[in-house]
This record gives sequence, structure tokens and C-alpha cells, in this order.
Amino acid sequence: MEAILSVRNLNFYYGDNRALKDINMDIYKNNVTAFIGPSGCGKSTFLRTLNRMNDFIENVKVEGSIIYEGKDIYSKEMEPVELRRRIGMVFQKPNPFPKTIYENIVYGLRKNGVNKKEILDEVVEKTLKAVALYDEVKDKIYKSALELSGGQQQRLCIARAIAMQPDVVLMDEPTSALDPISTMKIEELVLELKKDYTIIIVTHSMQQAARISDYTAFFLNGEVIEYDETSKIFSNPRDKRTEDYITGRFG
Amino acid sequence: MNSEELRRLKRRKMLNSIMHVIFLACTLFGVVVLAILMLDILRKGIPWLSLDFLKNFPSRFPRKSGIYPALLGSLWVILLTALIAFPVGVGTAIYLEEYAEDNKFTEFIKLNIANLAGVPSIIYGMLGLAVFVRLFSMGRTILAAAFTMAILILPIIIISSQEAIKSVPSSLKQASYALGTTKWQTVTGVILPYALPGILTGSILAVSRALGEAAPLIVVGALAYVSFIPKGPLDQFTVLPIQIFNWAGMPKKEFQDIAAAGIIVLLVILLGVNSVAIILRNKYQIRMKD
Ligand SMILES: Nc1ncnc2c1ncn2[C@@H]1O[C@H](COP(=O)(O)OP(=O)(O)O)[C@@H](O)[C@H]1O
Ligand SMILES: [Mg+2]
Repeated sequence: MEAILSVRNLNFYYGDNRALKDINMDIYKNNVTAFIGPSGCGKSTFLRTLNRMNDFIENVKVEGSIIYEGKDIYSKEMEPVELRRRIGMVFQKPNPFPKTIYENIVYGLRKNGVNKKEILDEVVEKTLKAVALYDEVKDKIYKSALELSGGQQQRLCIARAIAMQPDVVLMDEPTSALDPISTMKIEELVLELKKDYTIIIVTHSMQQAARISDYTAFFLNGEVIEYDETSKIFSNPRDKRTEDYITGRFG
Repeated sequence: MNSEELRRLKRRKMLNSIMHVIFLACTLFGVVVLAILMLDILRKGIPWLSLDFLKNFPSRFPRKSGIYPALLGSLWVILLTALIAFPVGVGTAIYLEEYAEDNKFTEFIKLNIANLAGVPSIIYGMLGLAVFVRLFSMGRTILAAAFTMAILILPIIIISSQEAIKSVPSSLKQASYALGTTKWQTVTGVILPYALPGILTGSILAVSRALGEAAPLIVVGALAYVSFIPKGPLDQFTVLPIQIFNWAGMPKKEFQDIAAAGIIVLLVILLGVNSVAIILRNKYQIRMKD
């Protein structure tokens, strides 16, 4: 199996608080990898180290390396702006721009110098179809994205991310603010998208991890306790703490 | 409830009613004084208002007197002031909120901008005289006046722009950065469009403050009597508040009334400018809701 991201001895500090401890992990291409664990254990922090979104937080420190396409993403050779174009992100709360649906999707492309109308039109249609939103919104793509429901907004945010044709899409609890039906649609979408993208998803729902992921990492207090194929994690965990967590004894 | 408690309750209610009346009186005091002032001005000024009043030059003869040069002077000064202060103020706010690191130096600058907003306007006049009129040899021109006024309203523009920029949800900024954009692209793509109504509201109110200022421009050297039309930034000038001030100081009774007419013109302009700000703000609030 081909690793698209290789994390080696990663430590992360908020000031003096060591939020990630010696993390080693290979993320496999065209798979869905789920991060589970109780809240505050560093899942989001780890996710943000993968596209350097932590750079915007003051007073933080990163040690170790994350290899992407043969380069350490924290080395000088890697431009964070370029990295984020290749490793997209979907956030916990849907955060569409207060612009039209169309402009939301093409925002990243425009900023990367793509301005040809035919290309943009095509991308909008293609990505809306890819996130199964096309039929619902095809009559209002020039209306404000804020008029959509929460679930539709989140799918739009996914469309906005994949419009950049990234290699990896990071999702931080993308369904935690959504109703069950919208959640189901997003889960179906994730399964669909893994054909073309590598997906890493943080979730606090173990059922969700079991349903959609190929690999699962269990986090506890900034450490990765166990990382394996999802089926093994859920049927036959090696670590007592993993077992306690997935059987609902804590967290 | 026994009678003692009942009496205390009654006393508390009584005190409440008294305070109610006192506060109402405070409010009415302000409103009534303002109303009397307005009525007096309208009564005196309206008979003198006419198209000729707007188109004429000031004159020794009350009937022929007008505010044309002062009106144009005010418009020139305010236009240039806005052109100078707006980009500099918004640029400063963007720098302070988005680019500058949160260190002691930035803190120091922010504190001082807040303090500058409280400096009396005449001080800015002295500054304008020393720096723009003399040091930069602009002379007693519209340009020097505009620079002086721009410095005067800069702190207000910076502070209100900072507030507007701070109100941009960080989730939107993150969404933009996560799509591989630079800081500048995020500023133009998300931050400014979102903050613009707030920035414009603050800036327009700042400009309207400059419209009513006379003191700093007297120091910078606005003329008391103008018999020509300012045609460019390097012309000499006067402005409405100064023209009004001059009329008010003249011995002939008619000129007092002409001053009132001038005040009405100034108020109408101010009202117009402020209503633009209010319209913008309302539009902004509607968008904030969804
Ligand atoms: N911006 C921040 N500044 C300081 N500490 C933070 C910040 N974000 C998260 N932390 C801390 O890092 C730890 C991990 O948080 P997080 O990654 O958000 O956990 P999770 O996503 O698993 O709930 C927590 O102890 C949290 O308090
Ligand atoms: Mg989290």
C-alpha cells in the first residue's frame, strides 16, 4: 500500500503544553483514515499539522517531520500556500463564504489564477455533481450559499475543497453539526470520494469510523495508542485502552 | 407580607418612579434644548435660503450674500481628506489586525492611535500649519487643509476599520487559507468584502466630523473672505463652518440670519452623509443575521 503522508516522531506544543507526543503514522493513498478518541486528545491538532493550518496559531512549536511527495512539509522547500492547495480541508462547522454558490466553489481556483469562464463553469458543475448537490441547487448557483441548509452547506464546503483537485482532503468532524440524514449523505459522499482522493476524517462517532473508514487511529492524551485497519481496531483491538474506548467504557 | 415589608416595597417603588422621572427629565433637557436651537435656526435661516444663496459669493450686502465659495471649499477639502485618509486608515487597520505580530510594539501603536482620537482638533491645526503649510511648503491651500483633516480623522477611521476587520469570523479566514491562498488574497477575497460596510460606516462618520470642523482650518489658514472659486487643490479656500462663523460675528443683524441659513446648508449635508452611513449599517446588520 502506497503511503501519501508519512509522519515521523511528530511532537507539537501549544506554548509548554505538549499536545502531540511522538506520533508515527503512514497515511495510505485512496483510503479513508479515521481519527477517533475522546475530545481534547489532539485529533484536530494533528489534522492541522498535516496542512500547516497550525501556522496561524501563535506560540506553537512543531518537532519531527511529515513527508509528502518526498519532502518534509515543514522544511524550507515546501511552501505552505502550495501545500494547502494540495491538502484541502473541511471544517467542523460549515463555513461557506457569504458569496454565491458559484463563487464559493471557484474561490480557490480564482485565487490560483484560473479565470476562464468555461473552465470555472465546468468545475462548478462537476464538483456539485461529485458532492451530490447538483440537482438540489442547479437553479440557484448564483444565489447566496447562506440560503442552503446546514447539510447542503457542508457538502458545498466539500465541493469547494475538491474543486482545487487536492491529493488529500482533511475533514474535522464534518458531520458533528448536522442532522442524521445530512450525516448519512456526507458519509456516502466520503465513500464515493475516496476513489479520487485520500481522505482523513476526525470523528467522535465510532459507528461513523466503522462505517466509512479503512484505517482507524485511536488517540488518547496526544498519543496514538493504536493505528490499524478499521476492521481490526473494532473487532480485535490490541490495546486495552482502545478496547475500553470502543466498547464505550470511557470518552 | 407584613406591614413593614409592604412599606419598604412601597418606598422602593417610589424611588424607582422618582428616578424614572429624573432620567426622563435629563433626556428631555437635551432634546428640548436641541429643538429650541433648531427651531431658532430654521426660523431665522429659511427666509434667506434660495438658489441664489447657494450660488452667490459673500458680500457686504446681506441680500446678495451667498455661500458658493465656502460650499465648494468644503467639498474640495472633504473629498481630498477622504481620498487621503481612507486608504491610509484602512491600510493601517489591515496591517495592525492581519499582518503585525502581537508584540509590545504593535500594542504601543494601537494604544497611541486610541489616544490620538482624543486629541483636541486645534492641536491638529497647529501640526498642519507646522508640517504641511510650512515644512512641506504647501502654503495655505486646500491640499494642506486636506492633509491636516486627514490626520485628524485618521485615528477614527483606523479604529472603526479595526473593529470591522475583527468582526470577520475566523472560520471564514481559515476557509480561505485552507484553499491555498496568501494573506493578501484572503484580505481581498474574504476580509475586506465582509468588513467593508463597517469600514465605510466608520469612515463616513469620520468624514462628516471633518465637515463640521472649523478650528484646525483657521489655524492652517483658511481665508475669512473669498472672492473666487477654488479650482484645484493648490488654491486658497474657505469652508462652511468658517464662513458661518464669520457671518455670525458681523454687526449687521441680517448676517446673523444668513449664518443660520448657512448652518441649515451644513446640516443638510451632514444629514445626507450620515444617512448614507446608516443605510450601509442597516444593510450590514441584515447580512449579519443569516
Ligand atoms: N489554539 C489552541 N491554543 C492552545 N491550546 C490548544 C489550542 N487548540 C487546542 N489546544 C489544546 O490542545 C489539546 C488538543 O486539542 P484538540 O486537538 O482540539 O483535541 P480534539 O480535536 O481531539 O478534541 C487540548 O488540550 C486543547 O486544550
Ligand atoms: Mg477537535
